[in-house]
Parts: sequence; structure tokens; C-alpha cells
Amino acid sequence: MALFGTLGEKLNHVFSKITKRGTLTELEIKNAMREIKLVLLEADVNYLVVKDFVAKVTEKSMGERVMKSLTPGQQVIKIVNEELTELMGSTNSKLAVSSKLPTVIMMCGLQGAGKTTMCGKLAKMLKKQGKKPMLVACDIYRPAAINQLKTLGKQVDVEVYDEGTAKPAKTSQNAIKYAEKKGYDTVIIYTAGRLQINEELMTELQDIKKAVNPTEILLTVDSMIGQESVNVATTFNEKLDITGVILTKLDGDTRGGAALSIRAVTGKPIKFCGVGEKMDDIEPFYPDRMASRILDMGDVLSLIEKAQETITEEEAKKLEKKFRENTFTLDDYLVQFEQLKKMGSISDILAMIPGANKLKLNANAVDEKQLARNKSIILSMTKKERQDPDIIKGSHKRRIAEGSGTSIQDVNILLKQFNQSKELMKQFSGKKKGGFRLPF
Amino acid sequence: MGIFSKFFGALKKTKEAISKKISQIFVGELDDDFYEELEFILVSSDISVEASSEIVENVKSLAKKNKVKTEEEFKKILRQAMQELLEFEEEEESFPCLYTIIGVNGVGKTTAIGKLAHNYKKAKKSVLMVAGDTFRASASDQLAEWSKRAGVRIVKYGEGVDPGAVVFDGVKSAVARKDDVVLVDTAGRLHNKVGLMDELKKIHKIISKEWTGDTKNYLVIDATTGQNALTQVEMFNEIIPLDGIILTKLDGSSKGGVVFAITKKFGIPIKWIGVGEGIDDLEPFDAKEFVENII
Repeated sequence: MALFGTLGEKLNHVFSKITKRGTLTELEIKNAMREIKLVLLEADVNYLVVKDFVAKVTEKSMGERVMKSLTPGQQVIKIVNEELTELMGSTNSKLAVSSKLPTVIMMCGLQGAGKTTMCGKLAKMLKKQGKKPMLVACDIYRPAAINQLKTLGKQVDVEVYDEGTAKPAKTSQNAIKYAEKKGYDTVIIYTAGRLQINEELMTELQDIKKAVNPTEILLTVDSMIGQESVNVATTFNEKLDITGVILTKLDGDTRGGAALSIRAVTGKPIKFCGVGEKMDDIEPFYPDRMASRILDMGDVLSLIEKAQETITEEEAKKLEKKFRENTFTLDDYLVQFEQLKKMGSISDILAMIPGANKLKLNANAVDEKQLARNKSIILSMTKKERQDPDIIKGSHKRRIAEGSGTSIQDVNILLKQFNQSKELMKQFSGKKKGGFRLPF
Repeated sequence: MGIFSKFFGALKKTKEAISKKISQIFVGELDDDFYEELEFILVSSDISVEASSEIVENVKSLAKKNKVKTEEEFKKILRQAMQELLEFEEEEESFPCLYTIIGVNGVGKTTAIGKLAHNYKKAKKSVLMVAGDTFRASASDQLAEWSKRAGVRIVKYGEGVDPGAVVFDGVKSAVARKDDVVLVDTAGRLHNKVGLMDELKKIHKIISKEWTGDTKNYLVIDATTGQNALTQVEMFNEIIPLDGIILTKLDGSSKGGVVFAITKKFGIPIKWIGVGEGIDDLEPFDAKEFVENII
């Protein structure tokens, strides 16, 4: 997807221009900010929020600390990251519990945002936490909405209360009485999806609120929403004084600008996010992680820590020397596999590498079984073969394949990969003596 | 309510947003500052940065050529420039035709199919719905409800059935009964889910094998969607070549500005727009009308 890179990729591009320089001029900062502005707009962050954000970052970047710093580019990145995290709220916030049971959670949002599914997920999550949740179906308009909730209720083994197409406010009140009687401690009210300009339906929501006085009023928002996010969030917040937001479909590849916008204009926390189609696919929302996700900066610090834990400096130096002198052998390759394995699963590591999206790498693309296979192939070689892979010919390959329980094709692939990495490493170490640098 | 007034009502918010903002910045000179502000206004209506800057460039030269002075004159050429981006040659529909309706979760595919069925039924076509969304709880119930409202036939099984099997039977049935229009519903899927996109490929393959009439693949896009709509078009188009876009939920205050970005980037026409929750609220897309109601 070369055409639409993520926000993080683009910011990385902007910053790579800055990081290469020594100190920053005001003009350079301005140019960078202009690009950040466009990038944020293209990431669907609301334009008013963008204006505000860029103004703040500019002001901080113009300060002494940055201008005189040895690494101004990195300082700007830090500021952008900090501001982003702050904008999104600094800590994740949990669901409130009412002192008088049951706790009432009212779920509202636009049509198609994913409310119904989210109700099921919330119920399942609460159940896992040892609570006794009940669902109330109050969408009396969309065909089959009540059935959908009932099916989900069955899936997660949670009772669904409904009164057909009776007035939702009344239904909610009755539902709570019913819950008290049956000993349910949390009631999740599922309301009809609506287009927020529809006054009539907004009034219906206000009526429900008045009738049951919910502990939490959660607005469900599709994370793919565009500039409209601000209007949606503002309207719901004004009419209902929501207590929090749930962001859905974050497992898509959306750049997540809505998260920024909504938080900025309502000041209400984003509490959970939906990350898949299964009923378990709900996660608490961590603002700092979201900032990293938007910036696509990955968790570089943890990666460095992990690498340091598993690879000693001495080993690294030895390896580098081998690259430079072109004496890297399959034995060394094997050692590398081992080190990689010590660092954890490949997908975990990939998630920590900045710009990993750029390479279109994902967990699916890296096969950990392949790694194990490669290991056994190398182990099936003789010492001589490992030192000098060029001597491995047809009959050798057959023996190695049989010994490792693989095919000749697998052996060929491994040898090809080995030669490629050797080439690649030679290029890296040729350029810079200090091994390879992180992208920023 | 006539078609036009309904359309107008749906887009009123958008119109207010863009038109009012232009009036605010139209204070004299048409200089660089003005055009920068204009671009900002367009971008803030979900029209992409790329499409916005093209519109601005075109307007700039048009304004110069026509020596534009007044706000009205300016808005006229802006409309012209925007309309150009959205216009496509009208092609005749030929029947029998099978429409595959695809899109991400929650954009309103099922509802759009209900409305399409109603439309074709009104045009005296024999219509069959195929409930290919066997994943979402009660999706086929929802479609069945629409089939009742529209008064058309439906092929549906329960949840969890292989959608390929439903589509296969649906197509067979339509061929046997000589239906004019077949509307295939599919499960919502995020475009970056490889497995689900493969499933779509399979459905597509079954259709091309079993169906002999014309086919059209329509992607449904929620008008509130931001720039992610572009990625959606790109990825779905890779799996199934798209013939058109159905833009839904224009009845909110949603702007639908992203259609400019879509037509500019992919040259795929907007076919229908959904402007309300009623069964009659689906209308053929008209570029002139659309733009006139924005500005």
C-alpha cells in the first residue's frame, strides 16, 4: 500500500528530514509542522483539532531546549509523542461501578458503529471478571436487531431482556426491576443506532437516561469515521453527557485519527476498543499505546532492552567482524536463529520495530515453524558444509533433506536466504562501522 | 416529499458546512491565502488532500480565465470543478444482472439491498435476494424482513453455513426461475483480513462459474467514513473488480466528501446514494445534484 502509508510512516518521513540535520531553524520546524498537519488531516483527525495540536507542538519545539539540543529531530518526535499521548488522556480508565446495584451501562452510537457486537463483548468481559451481567434490547427499529442481540446473548451465555417494540424508556425501567429480582449486578442497555441529527431518536435516548439514570453512558464510535467524528461526539456528549467512548473496528487498518478528535473535543476517556469479530476481541484502551500506533513508532525501547538482554556486546561485535570479513557461516546463522528465539516470538518482535508496517510485514508473513525447520536443516549438515555452503550439491542436499525431515526445496530456500542475508549484512556493515542504526 | 427536497434535506448540513465557510473566507482578494483556506475547507469535508488540491488548482485557473469577482460566480466555477471529478458516462443496465454487494462491517449493506430490491421491484423486475451473510447474528433474518417489505423472493439458510453454498444455491435458483435481478448480500469484512477476503474471492468465483447474465460488484461505503474509504476501495477492488460505489447514510450530517477522493483516485463511479431510513430512500447518484447541494 504504497499510496496510503500510515500516519506514522509519513511522520517518520518528515522526521527523517529533521533528524539528519544538526540544529533546527524556525523555518525547518515550520515546514515539518506543515507536513504533520497534512498527515494528521489525512489520518482523519478533525481539522480544528489539528490546528490546535500543531500550534501546541510548534510552540514547544521553538523552545530553547529543542533548538539547542544536539538531537533536535528526536526532541520534536518526543514532543509530538507526548502531546499526542496527553491529548488522548494519560491513563486508561475502567468501568464505574454503582454503589447501588445494579450498575447500569447505557450503550449508544450511530448506526453501524458496532454497538450490538460490543454489547456482547462487554457482557462476556464482565462475566469473565465474575460479574453477573444482563442485556436489554432497546433497538425497536432495525429489523432483527433484537434477534441479533439475543443470538449474541446466547453465544456469551448472558440473559437478554426485551419487551418487543414497547417504549424503550419503559422497557429499560422494567428491565432494571427484573435484574434486581434476579440478582444481576450489571445491566447493559442496548439502544437503537441513530443518525444524530434525528431529534426524535435523540429525545428517546434522553428519555431512557432520565428513566434509569445510568452509571455509564458509553458512545460507540467506528474508528474509520472521518471529519464527522467531532460532530458525532459533540452532539452525543451535549445531549447525554456521555461518560466514555468505545472505539470499534480497530483491527482494521484505519489510521485512527478519530481517537484523537473525539478525546480532544469531549474530554471524555476512550475506555475500550473492539479488535476483532470474536466475542473475546475487546481490549482496554491505552492512550500511550494508541499514540505509538498512530505514530507507528513501535515500542523501540522494549526492543532495545530485549536485544541487550539476549545478545551480549561481545557477540554482536564478533558477528559484525564476520560480516565485514565475509566469514559469516551457517554456524553463525544458526546462532542468530537461537538469539532471535530467545527474544520472544517473531510477531512480538515485529510489533516493536518501527516502520514494520512499511515492509508489509505481519505476524502471518513470518512462519515460526519455518524457523525451526531451518534450524534442523543446518543441524543436519556436516561441519564442513556449514563452514562452506558452496560445496553443498545435489546428493548433499538430498541427505540433508532426509536427515532433517524436509525436502530438497526447503534446503534450497534456506541456502538462498542465507546468501541473501549475507549480502544484506555486507551492505549494512559496509556503510557504517557502528553496525546498523535504527531508522530514527 | 419530492426526490429533490429529500436529497436537499440530506445534504443540507454539508451544504451549510462548506458553503458557509467559503462565504466566511470570501472577503476580497482571491490570493494564495484564500486558496489555502479553501483547500483546508475541502479537506475538512473528508475530501482528500490530493483531490482537494486538484480541485483548488482547477478552480484557480478557471477563476483567472473567467475573471471571477463575486462570491456567486466563484461558487459556480467551484461547483463546475467538483462536478467534473464525479461525472461518468451513464451505461445502460442489461438484465438479467447479478449484483454482489460488499463492504466493511456496519456500512449498511443489508439495508441497501432491501432498498435496491424495492427499486427494481418497482421497475417491474423479478428480484431474488441471496442471504450470503451467514456470519453476523441475525443478518439473514434482517434481510428476510426486507424481502417481505419489498415483496421479493429470498434464498437464505441459517448462521454458520458456508456462504459459498448459499450463493451457489441462490444463483442456481435465479437461473432456474429466470429472475431479472439477483442481489447477493455478503458478510461485512474488514479489508485487511486475508481469510475473509479469500472467502469473498471464492464467492466471486462461484458466481462467475454459475451465472451467465451480467454482473455488477458494488462496494458500500458509509458516508461518515474518512480517508480509510480509499484503502477499502483499493483492497476490495483487488479481490473483485468494482463497478460502482453505493454511498450510504447520507441522511446524517455526514458529508460524503470522500467520494471525490475515490473517483479521482480509482475512477470508479458512484452509483447510488442512501438518504434515509425508509425503503424509498435510495436514489441514483447524480453528480450535478450532489455538488449543487454541497455548495
